[in-house]
Amino acid sequence: MSGLPVIKNGGALPLAHIPRLTPAEFAAFCKVRLTEGARLVACLAVPEGEGDAPLTLYAVLADDQAGDLLVIAQEPQREFESLTPRIPQFHLFEREIGEQYGVNFIGHPWYKPLRFHAPWPGGRDAWGRDPKRHPQIGEMTYFTVEGAEVHEVAVGPVHAGVIEPGHFRFQCYGEKVLHLEISLGYQHRGITRLIEGGPWPQTPMQIETMAGDTSIGHMSAYSMVLEGLGKVEISPRAAALRAIALELERLANHVGDFGALAGDVGFLPTSSYCGRLRGDYLNMTGLLCGSRFGRGLVRPGGMGFDLDPAMAAKMLAALGPVARDTRGALELFFNTPSVLARLEGTGKVSARDAFYLGLVGVAGRACGLDGDVRRYHRGAIYAPDEIPVMIEEGGDVLARALVRQQEVEHSLEFLHQRLTTIAAGELLVAPPPPAPDSLAVAMVEGWRGPVTHVAVTNQVGRFRRYQVVDPSFFNWSGLALALRDEQISDFPLCNKSFNLSYCGFDL
Amino acid sequence: MLGSLFMHLLVVLTLSPLLAGIIARVKAKVGGRQGQPLLQLYWDLAKLFRKRMVISSTTTWLFRAGPVVGIAVPLLASLLLPFGPLAAPLSFSGDLILFVYLMGLARFFTILAALDTGSSFEGMGSAREATFSILVEPTIFVIFIVLARLSGDFSLNGMFVPVKAGFNTPAGIAMSLAILCLFIVMLAENCRIPFDDPNTHLELTMIHEVMVLDHSGPDLGLILYGAAMKLLLFAALIANLLRPATGNLLLDTGAFLVLLLLLAVLVGLVESAMARLRMIRVPQLLIGTSLLSFFALILLLR
Repeated sequence: MSGLPVIKNGGALPLAHIPRLTPAEFAAFCKVRLTEGARLVACLAVPEGEGDAPLTLYAVLADDQAGDLLVIAQEPQREFESLTPRIPQFHLFEREIGEQYGVNFIGHPWYKPLRFHAPWPGGRDAWGRDPKRHPQIGEMTYFTVEGAEVHEVAVGPVHAGVIEPGHFRFQCYGEKVLHLEISLGYQHRGITRLIEGGPWPQTPMQIETMAGDTSIGHMSAYSMVLEGLGKVEISPRAAALRAIALELERLANHVGDFGALAGDVGFLPTSSYCGRLRGDYLNMTGLLCGSRFGRGLVRPGGMGFDLDPAMAAKMLAALGPVARDTRGALELFFNTPSVLARLEGTGKVSARDAFYLGLVGVAGRACGLDGDVRRYHRGAIYAPDEIPVMIEEGGDVLARALVRQQEVEHSLEFLHQRLTTIAAGELLVAPPPPAPDSLAVAMVEGWRGPVTHVAVTNQVGRFRRYQVVDPSFFNWSGLALALRDEQISDFPLCNKSFNLSYCGFDL
Repeated sequence: MLGSLFMHLLVVLTLSPLLAGIIARVKAKVGGRQGQPLLQLYWDLAKLFRKRMVISSTTTWLFRAGPVVGIAVPLLASLLLPFGPLAAPLSFSGDLILFVYLMGLARFFTILAALDTGSSFEGMGSAREATFSILVEPTIFVIFIVLARLSGDFSLNGMFVPVKAGFNTPAGIAMSLAILCLFIVMLAENCRIPFDDPNTHLELTMIHEVMVLDHSGPDLGLILYGAAMKLLLFAALIANLLRPATGNLLLDTGAFLVLLLLLAVLVGLVESAMARLRMIRVPQLLIGTSLLSFFALILLLR
């Protein structure tokens, strides 16, 4: 299996160049590479025709050390042998494909619907549900534990706070959680299906609202896909502005997360300060493009808004006091013993579990997994060695908070540098139409972790399949494991420390 | 007798919502926020009493009894307690036991009302409330024994006399420990940080709040009012020990009321300065407090 096609982040390659392996070869290749330190970035099925046509399985593996992406495919089939027992990173991808195309993955240990939608071709359903009707959300058998004094607590889908809907089912022994099952799908909008046949004029707006708190992250990934398929590079100026936008998004969300963590443990000063500071960072994005969440800011081929020197100076001036207050609020948070007592040792995920589940982003780095798209697959946006390794080993709530603290500190310095000198170049050069019969992969380190978009085009250069993998896709399983043998009263804190997206998962 | 009854009810009924307002205001100020008006709870109560109620069809009369007992008990208990120089309208030897178990009665009915809803959240909250209150009870009793021994009186009215002894005598040290223990008991019994967070919206972390989630309208008003009165009673226990005794009725009453408000400020400051405990740590702190109260007793028996 030498001569495998290798692409870089944001690259594209013709479908004909992707090797089609037999199931056994596919499994062996994945097993070897994923054990040797590569990570499964995406896995998607592309039907070879209408209706119940066989599916070609594509897998994208990221080799961080080399900065490469490997793309392999499996011969078209209608029934698959599950890889999950050997390679757990596949578990959600297989359930996703099974639900989309009504196929079976034989031997999958936990084969259940994921988002509760009818199969796309409209034919067979993997669980024998009526394909003509929309399934009820949460319609599945939950894992249960039986025994004296074991009780079940169901939380959601409607929660007490103003947050997104999701259903959590705890199997408890007194206050101790034996198992947590998370059932999502309440916000499934079928976004990736809307993109198929595109790119459409409305696609950018749909991408930006896919996960509203990661508008810039998702839009950057979509833009990179189109730039890869059009084989254009963005100018240094556009790259610099994209980096500024991404770091502002990271700061706003991380600082907001600190506020939420402080609120959960009942520590008021940091809670109220961070709530205000988050608004200050959002306002900076608002200054840049008129939208506090960065809508309309990133566009394929560059940026939708320029940053003139006067505005850069204004942002720099605003950043000074905000950065000082942020550092102050975090210092107070991490210097208060009662806060640390609450965070330390709570919601621990072992490094081994994190590796097998393929946890990414903040949650992954808090378990000692060194993965950062900005560092290892930097693309055009970041300079070499610009991003340090920011990891923690603890795997608990404290480790996730500390990773965030490191990132906040780094982003503040980074913004300061980038706002001082902004490279020259064209702001926006619309990319040419996408190349036909190709596959493009784009990864962007959003604030939660890597946002991955994979596009497959048809013979006229329209999207045949579009897959979005939000970091939440991997990390929800991590939250479920973090709760094992924990106190049920610590769930909200663990949940906040992950702060995952419901809509980014549901799509 | 009638005069002091009137005065007691007046203090409890009018002053109690103010304490909650002061705590909220102090927390807001320390957190850098403007905060709600000091009299917010009065307005909230007025609003709630004008509302209608939503009552689950699965509940029985127990659900309605909870709030009623919740407000009747603090009113009754207040009659056993002196408010500074204002002697208790009702007093007999051993009334301290009645005081503690009146509180227990209110808790019993709150728990029954919570269990009556059949909600898994409320069941969890009830279990926590019952567990933690068992751990608070020894502290209260031992402190009452300490105070009874110091004063030689077995009624609340006679027990709470400000001690004149210096703080370097065993009596003074025992008294200081008693005040500290009572303050911790006040935080625990009134669901304040670090034991519980009265402001949280997270059902899974709640102790007391989760038990009253299903109550609405006037019933919720009764519960909030009752909780405010309970806070005032526990603050009064402490203020009785700290107040100066000049002999001037007006001056002493004023000092006592100011002390109540200062205690509310102190609660606000404690809540601002620290995070909540992990729930598994709560029993440890409560048992530690019990030990402190035993030390106070040992100092006196030595």
